[in-house]
Amino acid sequence: MSAHAINAPTNRQKWVAGTLVIVYALVTMIPLAWIMLTGFKSPADAISYPPKVVFEPTLEGYVNLFTTRTRQTQEFLDANPPENWADEIVRQYDMVIVGPSKFGERFLNSVIIGFGSTFLSVFLGTLAAYAFSRFKIPLADDLLFFILSTRMMPPIAVAIPIFLMYRNLGLSDTHLGMILLYTAVNISLAVWLLKGFIDEIPREYEEAALIDGYTRFQAFYKVVLPQAATGIASTAIFCLIFAWNEYAFAVLLTTANAQTAPPFIPTIIGIGGLDWPAIAAGVTIFLLPVMIFTILLRKHLLRGITFGAVRK
Amino acid sequence: MAEIVIKNVRKEFGDFVAVKESSFTIEDGEFFMLLGPSGCGKTTTLRMIAGLELPTSGEIYLDGEEIAQRAPSERDIAFVFQMFALYPHMNVYNNLAYPLKSQGMPRAKIRDKVDEVAGILGIRDILRKPVGGLAGGDRQRVALGRAIVREPKAFMMDEPLGALDAEFREHMAEELRALHDRMGATTVYVTHDQLEAMQMGDKIVVMNNAVVEQFGTPQEIYDKPATMFVADFIGSPSMNFLDFAGSLANGDTAVELDGHPMGVPELREGATGDLVFGVRPEHIHLATDGTYRGKVLATEYLGTTQIVTLETANGEVKARIASDQPATAGETVGLSFDPGTITLFEKKSGRALRSQLNEEVLHG
Repeated sequence: MSAHAINAPTNRQKWVAGTLVIVYALVTMIPLAWIMLTGFKSPADAISYPPKVVFEPTLEGYVNLFTTRTRQTQEFLDANPPENWADEIVRQYDMVIVGPSKFGERFLNSVIIGFGSTFLSVFLGTLAAYAFSRFKIPLADDLLFFILSTRMMPPIAVAIPIFLMYRNLGLSDTHLGMILLYTAVNISLAVWLLKGFIDEIPREYEEAALIDGYTRFQAFYKVVLPQAATGIASTAIFCLIFAWNEYAFAVLLTTANAQTAPPFIPTIIGIGGLDWPAIAAGVTIFLLPVMIFTILLRKHLLRGITFGAVRK
Repeated sequence: MAEIVIKNVRKEFGDFVAVKESSFTIEDGEFFMLLGPSGCGKTTTLRMIAGLELPTSGEIYLDGEEIAQRAPSERDIAFVFQMFALYPHMNVYNNLAYPLKSQGMPRAKIRDKVDEVAGILGIRDILRKPVGGLAGGDRQRVALGRAIVREPKAFMMDEPLGALDAEFREHMAEELRALHDRMGATTVYVTHDQLEAMQMGDKIVVMNNAVVEQFGTPQEIYDKPATMFVADFIGSPSMNFLDFAGSLANGDTAVELDGHPMGVPELREGATGDLVFGVRPEHIHLATDGTYRGKVLATEYLGTTQIVTLETANGEVKARIASDQPATAGETVGLSFDPGTITLFEKKSGRALRSQLNEEVLHG
C-alpha cells in the first residue's frame, strides 16, 4: 500500500469521531438551547437558583416581547374580562395589553437593512469580480489590494468620522445609510470571494456563447451567472451574517427610525429588572432568518468556506 | 461555405509577439490544419479568425469580406473548444439549441434542426441528459453538434481530440473527417500532433515561434520541407540531418559527405559554408558493401519495418528498413541515399536550398 492510500475508517475510528462531533455539538449548542428554553420560562423560573431545567412552559416572554402593557386597578380588571389568551397571561400581574411593542418594527428594519445590503454587496461584488477576472484592468492588483485594505482595521475605528459624515449627509438613522454602510464593509469580502469563484469558471463557456451569437453581457448573465451561483450564495450568507449581527454601528447611528434588532433586544425592560424571558424570546426569533437562510444554502456554504478551492 | 484569407496578420500581447506577420489562404471546403508545437501561435491564429482575439494588425477576409475587427457573433463562424465548453447548466438538447435561440429561430424549427443534427451525430437518445455525466465521445459529439447546428460559414476547431484517450481519438478523427466531407464546410483545425495533421488535413500550415514556416499539402510538407524545423517536426522518426561544409553552385547535382559524392536533386541556387544534408529514414538503404559507412548502434523492431540507428562520420542517423533485413548492433554497414529525395539546408538559417525537388513549393 502506498503512502498516499486513503484507508476507509474502521468502525472504531468512526465511533470515536462520531462521539467527538456529538460532544462538540453539545458544547456549542448548550447556550443556544438555554436561550431558547429561557424564552418559554416565567420570569421567576428564568432567574431561579439552582437553574431549572424542568419547568412549566409559558408564552409570557413572547407576549411581553411583542406587546406593551399597563397596570390596571382591580375594578377595571373585573369589569373587563380578558380578550384573548395573551391578555389572560398578563392579567396575572394585574396588567392589560395596550398595543404592540416596537420589536416587530425593529425586526423589519433588520430584514430590510440586512437583506438590502447583502443584495447590494453581492450585486456590486459580482460585477466587480467579473471585471477583475476577465478584463485587463490597469493596476488591477493594486486596486484589489486597495479593496482588501478596507478590511485591515476594525470598521468601528472609523465610527466617529462616519457618525459626523452621516449627520451632515442626513444619513443618520436611515435605512439607506445603514445599507450603504454595511455594503461598504462587505464589498471587499464579496469581491475577493467572488473573484475566486469566477476565476474558476473556464473562459471557454463565455467564448462559446460569444461564438454562438450572444453579446458579452448576455454571455455574462446566461452562462457565467448560473456557474457562479454557488459562489454567489455563499458570499451572500457571509454578507448577511455580518449585516444581520452588526451591533456597534447600529447602536451609534440608529435610534428611532432605522434601529435594527440587535441594539433593541437588550433594552427590553420588564417589571423590576430585565425581562429575561422576553429577551430570550427576542434572541430566538432574531436567530431564525439567518438560520433558515443558512440551512437553505448550506451546501453552498460548505464550498464557500473552502474559498472555491474545490473543483466540481 | 467560405474562403478565408489571412493577410499579414500580427498579434501582440503587451511585449510578447504571439503571431508575426502571417499570410495564407484557406480555400472553400478545405480541411485545413494549423500545426505546431505549443506556444507557436497556432491557437492565437485560430482565435483571431473566430474573433475571440483581435489582431494587432493585418486583415482577415471571410468570403471576400474583411472581418478582422468584428465581434465573433458577427462572423458566422463556429468554434469547437478543446475542453468542449458545453454549457454545464443545460442538457444536451439545450446546448444544441442555444446557438439557434440567439438567432430568434422559432421553437418548432429549433426542434427540427436539433433533431436533424442529433441524427447525423447519433446522439438522439441522450438529448435529455445533462451534459455533466456524458462520456468523452458523446461530449465531443455534442460540441460538434453545437457547431454544425447553425450551419456556419466555417468551423474552427482547437485540438478537439486532445481531451480524448488515444484509443478513441482515431475513431473520432475518422468521424470528424467524414462529417466534414459530408458538410463540405471550410474547417480550420489546430493540432500539435503531426500524425493527426497528416492524416486528416487537405492542407497544413506549420507554425513555429509565431512564424508560418510552411504552408502546403501534407505530401509537400513531408517530401519538400521548407525549413529544418518543418523537416524535424513532421515524420516519426523525423528527417535525418547530416552536417557538412562545402561550396555549392547553381546546377550542382551532387555534394560530398566525408569525401564521398552523394547525388542530390539539381540545385537552383548556390550556397557556401555550413550546410545540412536532410534525408528521410525510409530513403536510407543499408548494404554490406558501399563506401559511405556507418556503425549500427541500435535497432527497434516495428513489425513490417525496423528503425536502425547508425553512427556516421557526419552524425547519427536513423534508417527505416524492412524488418527481415539483418542489422546487428556493433556491425559496420554501407549507407546509400535515394538522390531524388534529398533536401539541403543552410545550417545557420535552417532554410532549405532551392532545387529541382522543391522549387515549385518554396516561395521566394
